[in-house]
Amino acid sequence: MSSLQRAGLLYLGLVVFIVFVGFWQGPANVSLLLLQGAAFALVALGLNIQFGYGGLFNFGILGFLMIGGAAVTFASYPVSKTFWVGDGPMLLLRAFIAFAAGYALVWAARRSDRIGIRGGWKTALVLLCWFIGYVLYRSQIDPAAAYVEQHDGFVGGLGLHPVIGWIFGGILSAVVARVIGKIALGLRTDYLAIATIGISEIIRALIKNMDWLTRGTLTVSPIPWPTPTTVELQKTGVDIASSFLYARGMYLLVLVVIIAVVIFLVQRAYRGPWGRMMRAIRDNHIAANSMGKNVVSRQLEIFILGSALMGVGGAILVSILQIFDPGSYQPINHTFLLWVMVIVGGAGNNWGVLLGSLFIYLIWVLSAPLSQALFYTVSDWSTQLGWGAIPEIDSRALQMRVFVLGIVISLALRYAPKGLIPEVVRREK
Amino acid sequence: MDQLIFFINKVLVAGTVLGSIYALGAIGVTLIFGILRFAHFAHGDMMTMGAFFAFLLALVFYHYGIIFPIPMGFVVLPVAMAITAAVALGLDKTLYAPLRRRGAKPVTLLIASIGATLMIQGLVRLFFGTGTYSFFDYGETKTILKFDMGWLGGTRPITFTEPQLIMVIVTVILIVALNLFLTRTRLGKAMRAMSDNADLAQVSGINTQVVVRVTWIIAGALACAAGTMLSLDVSLKPDLAFNIVLPIFAAAIVGGLGQAYGAIAGGFLLGFAETLGVFNWSTLFKPMLSGVLPDWIVIPNDLSLVPTEYKLTVSFVILVMTLLWRPTGIFKGAST
Repeated sequence: MSSLQRAGLLYLGLVVFIVFVGFWQGPANVSLLLLQGAAFALVALGLNIQFGYGGLFNFGILGFLMIGGAAVTFASYPVSKTFWVGDGPMLLLRAFIAFAAGYALVWAARRSDRIGIRGGWKTALVLLCWFIGYVLYRSQIDPAAAYVEQHDGFVGGLGLHPVIGWIFGGILSAVVARVIGKIALGLRTDYLAIATIGISEIIRALIKNMDWLTRGTLTVSPIPWPTPTTVELQKTGVDIASSFLYARGMYLLVLVVIIAVVIFLVQRAYRGPWGRMMRAIRDNHIAANSMGKNVVSRQLEIFILGSALMGVGGAILVSILQIFDPGSYQPINHTFLLWVMVIVGGAGNNWGVLLGSLFIYLIWVLSAPLSQALFYTVSDWSTQLGWGAIPEIDSRALQMRVFVLGIVISLALRYAPKGLIPEVVRREK
Repeated sequence: MDQLIFFINKVLVAGTVLGSIYALGAIGVTLIFGILRFAHFAHGDMMTMGAFFAFLLALVFYHYGIIFPIPMGFVVLPVAMAITAAVALGLDKTLYAPLRRRGAKPVTLLIASIGATLMIQGLVRLFFGTGTYSFFDYGETKTILKFDMGWLGGTRPITFTEPQLIMVIVTVILIVALNLFLTRTRLGKAMRAMSDNADLAQVSGINTQVVVRVTWIIAGALACAAGTMLSLDVSLKPDLAFNIVLPIFAAAIVGGLGQAYGAIAGGFLLGFAETLGVFNWSTLFKPMLSGVLPDWIVIPNDLSLVPTEYKLTVSFVILVMTLLWRPTGIFKGAST
């Protein structure tokens, strides 16, 4: 069986599976699942660029998803009525100036060797400047944050179109990725994985606790849709059941177009000289370096590209759900799940990753109702035997999906280590 | 004097307790990295699992009304450690060993360990739900020890709980035992040799299979001890250790991956850094400097270095800084 036939069969299986789920869960439900699955697929494609093409271990996906989510919230949420007329903007401007001053101070201290300060003295000076800059910034941001939180709740949004918010999410992620990449990309494999996890946890703590900017755990909703929502459709006279289908169908159409464009671009990049160079760096960075490729800057490039896609995906995910809740982001749901998608789908193969992300997302979500049904059956059975029912079935069933995900990845590593649709390595004869 | 006592209560006690737990966890992580060359992510969940084993054993004792003079968690600890070590061995045999035999890259093993994390976490939550448990809900009370400092002119006592005291003692015992094992026994020396150079160790006639097994036993036992002690100090919940697996990794990396002593140092360093980071210096300086400083300098009420919400972030900042400044840790660590 050729690899093309295998892929075709697997995609056919996926379609059959989706149709089956549609009959089981109802079309409105499955359309929502497909929407979110499509957003996850976009993020998985971003990870595939980083890991599949470039061999980078980014375990900080959660951080980029949160940045994308915060960006789309800021860009597309309606403008706050009180914030812009109060003292808030002025106070925040002062905090920003303090930040800039601190940054300039550290920047200057790092160049102090030009005026003859060297060795330990320079290190001490840099540390001192870091401390001064930090204190300066804290002295301005703390009152500003307290003021904004007390008067306006949070800064509100800009009221732009959600699609601009998505693009903004991508750009912001790319900027942050550049900073992270500069710091962390010198590290190899395990160290890089742990460093990115650490950085993403820092990002999570910041976004979760900067209540003045993101409203923190109080959550922001509703975030607008790019297409008409169900409520808007119902106002024009569409009945409830079909309004769900139409609204989600239109949104899904937008996402399908985006994914098609992204896959077209990354496939071209993969086949082109750029992709070949990336694979060379991935497979042997020392050899690639000796051939004159600038490994460090190429890896930075691919890290930024992948992270931008993740930011867009994270922004889309937030605008699908219409709520930005920084407290709901967990490494399992937003980092490890994506890794399972890429590994099971087939790292390095975009079609494999697309299949893997939809398939794993459906398994992840559906294992909860499935195990719930299983538990109720076992519970009935044990009640008939006189052993009593299983307590707290609903909350336990929800946890089953974590277990199922663990089983899936263990089996995949054991029996299909290259994924369902492996990367095709072309050898010139 | 009162300020010093306050400082001891707030920083020294809390830092030592946190540091002990980080150190015990980080030793396991670092030993596995040294011998098997991969970052074992499931370590945090092995800690949680060990804590739940100890909790189940303690429940059996409580059920029969057996009460010991020391907290039950410590009485059942050796048995729970043995069970966790057995589970760790089983995990290696079913999950990691087949991958190793196939010659999988360390990164594949890392992802496999994430699979193990998910499975353990799923199972723990399946059996125990998502609620919070405590060893002290079944008739035992957490004794609070107070040391009166009147003879030194202090008005407040030095306060810590009985589990905290025993925890530090157990940590010291475990670390000394590990040190003796690594330096005095044949197997311990073999372990260090394999950690330095696995191929050389194998050609020198060291049975690497045995060393791998012993590594899992030690790592599992120490993980169980750390998890149980953490749950005795705070409370037992299914995501007990998942939140601290990253600081533990940070401790192991700061100490240098593969270096057992580095892990201990890193653990205590991070434990103290976290507690010092959120400590409010204002409570210390204000009474001390109240007559000393001129009036125009007003000490603000909150002088902590970072807000309490960012406590865990301190570890990650230190981790990132260490990786930048000395990428293989303070003690030179191994690399894949």
